[in-house]
Amino acid sequence: MAKRATDLEKLMRSEYRHGFVTDIEADTVPPGLNEDVIRLISAKKGEPEFMLAWRLKAYRHWISMHEPQWAHVQHAPIDYQAISYYSAPKTQKKEEGPKSLADVDPKLLETYEKLGVPLHERAKLAGVAVDAVFDSVSVATTFRKKLAEVGIIFCSFSHAVQHHPQLVEQYLGSVVPYSDNFFASLNSAVFSDGSFVFVPKGVRCPMELSTYFRMNAANTGQFERTLIIAEAGAYVSYLEGCTAPMRDNNQLHAAVVELIALEGAHIKYSTVQNWYPGDANGQGGIYNFVTKRGECRGANSHIAWTQVETGSAITWKYPSVILRGDNSIGEFYSVAVTNNFQQADTGTKMLHIGKNTRSTIVSKGISAGRSQNSYRGLVKVLGGADNARNYTQCDALLLSNRCGAHTFPYMEVKNPTAKVEHEATTSKIDDDQLFYCRSRGISAEDAVNMVVSGFCKDVFKELPMEFAVEAQGLLAVSLEGAVG
Amino acid sequence: MNAVAEPVQAYADSFEALQGRHAPDWLAALRRNAFAQFAERGFPPERHEDWKYSNTRALQKLRFSPAAAQPAIVDAASLDAALLLQEGAQRLVFVNGVPAPALNAGATLVEELRITSLDVALRERDTRIRDLLLPQALWDHDPFTALNTAFLAHGTLIEVSAGTQVPAALQLIFLSTPLAEPCANHPRVILALDENSRLTLVESHFGLTGAANFTNSCTQIVLGSGAQLDYLAVQREAPDDFHVSRVYVSQQEHSRLVSQIYNLGGQWVRNDLRVRLEAPGASVHMSGLYLADRRRHVDNHTRIDHLAAHTTSDELYRGIISDRGHAVFNGKVVVAEAAVKTDATQTNNNLLLTRNGEIDTKPELEIYADDVKCSHGATIGQLDEQALFYLRSRGLDLDTAREMLTGAFARVVADRIASPALRSFAQAQLATALPQAATEKCA
Repeated sequence: MAKRATDLEKLMRSEYRHGFVTDIEADTVPPGLNEDVIRLISAKKGEPEFMLAWRLKAYRHWISMHEPQWAHVQHAPIDYQAISYYSAPKTQKKEEGPKSLADVDPKLLETYEKLGVPLHERAKLAGVAVDAVFDSVSVATTFRKKLAEVGIIFCSFSHAVQHHPQLVEQYLGSVVPYSDNFFASLNSAVFSDGSFVFVPKGVRCPMELSTYFRMNAANTGQFERTLIIAEAGAYVSYLEGCTAPMRDNNQLHAAVVELIALEGAHIKYSTVQNWYPGDANGQGGIYNFVTKRGECRGANSHIAWTQVETGSAITWKYPSVILRGDNSIGEFYSVAVTNNFQQADTGTKMLHIGKNTRSTIVSKGISAGRSQNSYRGLVKVLGGADNARNYTQCDALLLSNRCGAHTFPYMEVKNPTAKVEHEATTSKIDDDQLFYCRSRGISAEDAVNMVVSGFCKDVFKELPMEFAVEAQGLLAVSLEGAVG
Repeated sequence: MNAVAEPVQAYADSFEALQGRHAPDWLAALRRNAFAQFAERGFPPERHEDWKYSNTRALQKLRFSPAAAQPAIVDAASLDAALLLQEGAQRLVFVNGVPAPALNAGATLVEELRITSLDVALRERDTRIRDLLLPQALWDHDPFTALNTAFLAHGTLIEVSAGTQVPAALQLIFLSTPLAEPCANHPRVILALDENSRLTLVESHFGLTGAANFTNSCTQIVLGSGAQLDYLAVQREAPDDFHVSRVYVSQQEHSRLVSQIYNLGGQWVRNDLRVRLEAPGASVHMSGLYLADRRRHVDNHTRIDHLAAHTTSDELYRGIISDRGHAVFNGKVVVAEAAVKTDATQTNNNLLLTRNGEIDTKPELEIYADDVKCSHGATIGQLDEQALFYLRSRGLDLDTAREMLTGAFARVVADRIASPALRSFAQAQLATALPQAATEKCA
């Protein structure tokens, strides 16, 4: 036992592998937020008039709002005036983004190497188009040409604003309006960049689209905005993965993701989130307050969210689906791991509006250390949603006696033909299973990983291949030293 | 005066009118304190999480007079017809919150079961009352508890001495009767079971046709180590009655609470049942059935706090929603860090029968210990089409078939009652309300 304890101590001290800071001069706006800052952001990006008007509308709404208090998380008050709202790597010319990998600052490429994302290699070997975001400006987009051949637009958000303003104007804020919630409004006012995907009618995207987010400059909140539109009959699978360097100051991340699925369209959105969670004493780490929502606007459309959350000091995230079209399907698969002092309040919302709409929710929470892990979900069936069907399962696994696992599911039903089911269990990791593994010569650490992997299987099988492998590894790293 | 303060003002006037009554200092201070708290916070705000689905607007609009001012006449025979538990059972009757000794029946069950009217207890045994009352007098800033405490006057104190097994059930009946001016009443029941004692208590709230009163009841239960309480609450208020009830239970080592609640009447009902399992081995088995038919609003909140190791809870609530009924269920289980080896299960099943009905359910788990086994489940659904078809193919008409299936759904709750007498009482109460709800179509 004593030996095990020292091993654990060693593992507990193992530091965040992705913690380093790349020394690049950043073009950063002084901290603080007011209308001038917003005008500056908009001007720097050379946005059309409607974007500025929308940002200002959002800002004016935001100043009338209060930060939400209902989440089961605790943190020191955030000083929104101490955050710098824009940061772009300076070596890059403002007018024209990089056209190819050769245009990208070698230092940035080096950063990706360290992260284990060799951009060109990955792009070539895996057939994945990577739209890498370094701080707030897109620095590289690959495979754009190949996608353009079938009519798919996959580019940075600023590029889309420049070149496809009519699409942006039509769809931006149509799922998450600028007035949606405190953090979404803030994002609407100050968002710097993000990804934009448009898949035209009847097109099946030939590859998995992927983007890596990374925060770098200290004290820079990152406000990403992602918009994915799948026209009638289109299919797209989008992967998002995140790592961030080690920092002592908490960094705020308030992203917004909007998905729009028209008739018969299918969008699959997968996330692996591994932002810096803070050290073993709960110092530092990212605040991740994200609004993600998809709308099944047309009949027979389908949106699936899959997420593996292992990072961030605080996560506040509810990927939702509005099931407006008849026969539309919403899915949510989630694994949320918290260790040390991490806090996660995450879940989903399924809003059934159309007839014969179906939703499935599978949520697996794993708590270790002194972390708090909450599932908060809403299933709402409106009066017109005949034959709506929901199945929810949320399970929690506890790995330490100082952590917490909580479940707050809301079910609101106004239709007498709806069927809604919710199941939840919470239990400790099974000693018998661990003992069995150990008696077969498997180390304690591996045994825990095996049991946890089995617990998460239902979610991992929903992930695209590339992510499934990464997710397994990430889980093992996150839980290092968690069991004692 | 602004619109928000006005509903509170109506209670302030009644409160002022009561200031002349004689009371020990601590009690006068407690009442004043409680009222100040209510006045300061007012009725629950609409966006409060605990009141998300139940707004008190309708209640705030009404003006109620204090209960004692209006004596009401009820006849004992009609009471028997509606609420007789068992021949010869001991019962205590309150009419609009005021004791009605003339309607009491049955002989004292055993000496060790001591029943004292609250007004008497406040006069003669005020230290005992104070010790029992204070811990939950102003519970968690709940405005209705504060209101009850502010108007504290009537109710009953029930004590069972150590080691006593009370052989038969004790029934408390709270009647709401039609009055020229509807009244607000705030009964308080305090129940203390000493170690290894056992009691069966049936609390019936019954509204006579035409009644439109506001009952704000508060029940405090303290179970000593090894004590067991079987508690059955049946609410069959009149269609215009408002009913708010708070039940607070604290349990010591190896004590056991078996509680069952039926919401079968009233216009707007809100129940909070809170159980604290404070010592190892304590267990609670709670179940409930709510019927939200017509335009009724029924809200059940339960909360179980597992505060010690080896505590057990098991909860089953079922609801039937028809016509324009609106039912709310919120079941919370909290497992504290010290409560290892907790075993908690919770189930909530709902039958939503009509288009304009609504059900909002939220089973919550908050767990801070690791070595626990907790689960909850909630379902919302309808009668099984195939079962209905089967019954109809056997010659039953649709209404009868629906009634049978709905009855079977509800029966699962009543079947959990161990005592045959109590079970048949509960089933009889259910039978008066169920057929109507089961066959009600939307207008």
